[in-house]
Amino acid sequence: MGLFLFSDPLFGVWNWVDAIIRIVIVVLVMTLVVMYLTYGERKLVARFQQRLGPTKTGPAGLLQAFADTVKLAAKEDIRPTNADRWVFEFAPYLTFIPVLMVLISLPFARDWGVRDLSLGLFYVFAILGLNIVGMLMAGLGSGNKYALLGGVRAAAQMISYEIPLVLSLLSVAMIAGTLNLNGIAAIQSFTPEEGQFAPFIFLQPLAFLIFFTAMLSELHRAPFDIPVAESEIVGGYFVEYSGMRWSMFQLTEYASMWAFSVFGSIVFFGGWAVPDTGSWVGPDWAWQLGITFVKSVAWIVAIMWVRTTVPRLRIDQLMSFCWKILLPMSIVQLLMNGFILIYDWPHILLTLTSGAGAAALVAIIITRAIRRPKNKLVGTYRQARAAAQ
Amino acid sequence: MTVWPEERAQTIDSFNTVDMTINVGPQHPATHGVFRMVLTVDGEVVVDCEPYIGYLHRGLEKLTENHDYRQSMGWWDRTDYLAGMCCEGAYCMAVEKLAGLEVPERAEYIRVMMMELSRINSHFMFLGAFGADVGSFGTSFVYAWRERERIYDFFEEVSGDRMFPTYFRPGGLQADLPENYESRVRWLLGSIRQGIEDLDGLLTGNEIFVERCRGLAPMTTERAINLGITGPILRATGLPWDLRKAQPYSVYDRMKFEIPVGEQGDIFDRYFVRLSEMYQSTKIIEQCLDQMPKGLVLNPDLPKTLRIDNAECYIRTEGTKGEYGVYAMARGGVKPYRMKLRSPSFCNLSALREMVVGSYVADAIIILGSLDIVLGEVDK
Repeated sequence: MGLFLFSDPLFGVWNWVDAIIRIVIVVLVMTLVVMYLTYGERKLVARFQQRLGPTKTGPAGLLQAFADTVKLAAKEDIRPTNADRWVFEFAPYLTFIPVLMVLISLPFARDWGVRDLSLGLFYVFAILGLNIVGMLMAGLGSGNKYALLGGVRAAAQMISYEIPLVLSLLSVAMIAGTLNLNGIAAIQSFTPEEGQFAPFIFLQPLAFLIFFTAMLSELHRAPFDIPVAESEIVGGYFVEYSGMRWSMFQLTEYASMWAFSVFGSIVFFGGWAVPDTGSWVGPDWAWQLGITFVKSVAWIVAIMWVRTTVPRLRIDQLMSFCWKILLPMSIVQLLMNGFILIYDWPHILLTLTSGAGAAALVAIIITRAIRRPKNKLVGTYRQARAAAQ
Repeated sequence: MTVWPEERAQTIDSFNTVDMTINVGPQHPATHGVFRMVLTVDGEVVVDCEPYIGYLHRGLEKLTENHDYRQSMGWWDRTDYLAGMCCEGAYCMAVEKLAGLEVPERAEYIRVMMMELSRINSHFMFLGAFGADVGSFGTSFVYAWRERERIYDFFEEVSGDRMFPTYFRPGGLQADLPENYESRVRWLLGSIRQGIEDLDGLLTGNEIFVERCRGLAPMTTERAINLGITGPILRATGLPWDLRKAQPYSVYDRMKFEIPVGEQGDIFDRYFVRLSEMYQSTKIIEQCLDQMPKGLVLNPDLPKTLRIDNAECYIRTEGTKGEYGVYAMARGGVKPYRMKLRSPSFCNLSALREMVVGSYVADAIIILGSLDIVLGEVDK
């Protein structure tokens, strides 16, 4: 029983008017969320680093995001002379629009979304892939070598990590039996009479780990912030941007972080599914919104925590981790799921196989870290000469 | 990972790829000052590296030759500006040796204590900045900064300045320590040890950090010696060469400490040698506190104006980056005739090209970081 505002169509208007109104609402909410995500990240990271973060603008620095927005809007929009004009100017929009389009399909509570797509999961990862185009355009069009390196790195990284990301989501979709995000969330709600489904993180811990890793990579967050590495290529593909176009990239970054956290919490944590909300005080949608909020905040905090703790991988380590570890494991998991589901074996087997896989993944990472270095040493001139002779 | 000249030539023929030059610096977050290097890259692999220095050249040696012995103290702080006291110490020792001045024992102990605090300070800076180079989003930086602030606070209390204390004088010290110094320093040592442990946990305990550093840009002892490399980078190759033990100056011969060495001279060893050295420095400071005699801190026979007749000397000290040597020559008068600084950062930097060529762009940055150069010292 959704609120009538969001039961379709809105006030009985035409379908497309209803869609536009909803999109406008989502965009406004997203802007606010992004502003407070930047504030929240600064505050949280500051606490991790024994600092205070913004304190001066408004109470506890709460208005800092508005001050930043005003500053960015007032800044000059500089285009380098050797930039490719149209490529350079359209790149921010092409990175931002896919993220906005992802938000269309996300249910923030039951039936609270722009559109309830029956192929929602498929739609999300189909659209997210488009993001790369904008980044590559920014990298190529800026006429800057750092930006070029960043753009190419971003493309290589995102194409690679898309595959384990999609495969891990597919293994969840196999169990859920639907690609509808509302359906996936509903199936994870704990209702004894409808068969007891737990959140998919318990059924598919390996898929969760792979998804979280690949998500960090898609978001260009540490330890996979290679395309935007500050200490190497000074920001990567958006190094030449300024003013509003630069803030479009920031908007993209934080909006996609938010979109991913909501999406991830729907797929793995059960999204808006509240345990048996019928007997609770207050309207269902409020509880559902609240639980979505809590889950996505937990997700975002985890992302930021990782960011403040770990250093950056090198590009070859990143690639080998994706192709040699994540991809085989996600394929094996997909196969196991297929066997278990087609022969209708008990669901506990899903947990066991995937849990074993998750343990193996963690074990691989740890053993990789503690093994002795091989004889293949990196980066000496003499060795290069020896190889040449 | 190597450069493959034959394969690269083939690549150029069939795909028509070209190498790209990237300018890194002088304004770049990873160059630690105004250092510039031009990398030639083949995709992500560095095939050539050309360093450019001199952006911070201030004519230290000539300035010193044109000033009174005591006037030019402040210039020497600004060579290795992360460890000003170590540079002051070397300069003062050179002048004292020229003039044949005695330094009171208490002053020697205070000098050693201050130099070791400076060393810790500088190594903290390395750990923090190196963590940031490897990509840990400034967390290591801020952890290191906490301890550095406390050390600087102590310096300020002692000498009136934080980075450039100008606390030493030829023949002793500018002033005695404040009364509560012992409790202050002991508290500081506890805090420093906590800071070292925190950074150790944050960096050494991190798989990604270790993966990035291990086996990268190794250096053999022979090669390091041939290149004139000294300090932690030389010790990381396995040679326990530390001037504080090899040719003890000041009161280092009365101190008990160990020289940490690495095994294969790779970046992880360099990092770990510096980390271990900080523990040793805290030990030295504790011994200084225990053995500190009472007395004067400035030679009472010091003339109002230092006039030195024909004399010549070379002072080698173990600076934070390596052998910090001062060659001084006097031909009478109030000014030195010739002053020459053998700066460790400059010599260590000469290994950069050899290490960087063949590595990835990302590694080039951390190789530069692992050399721990200070541009004030490179450019003099």
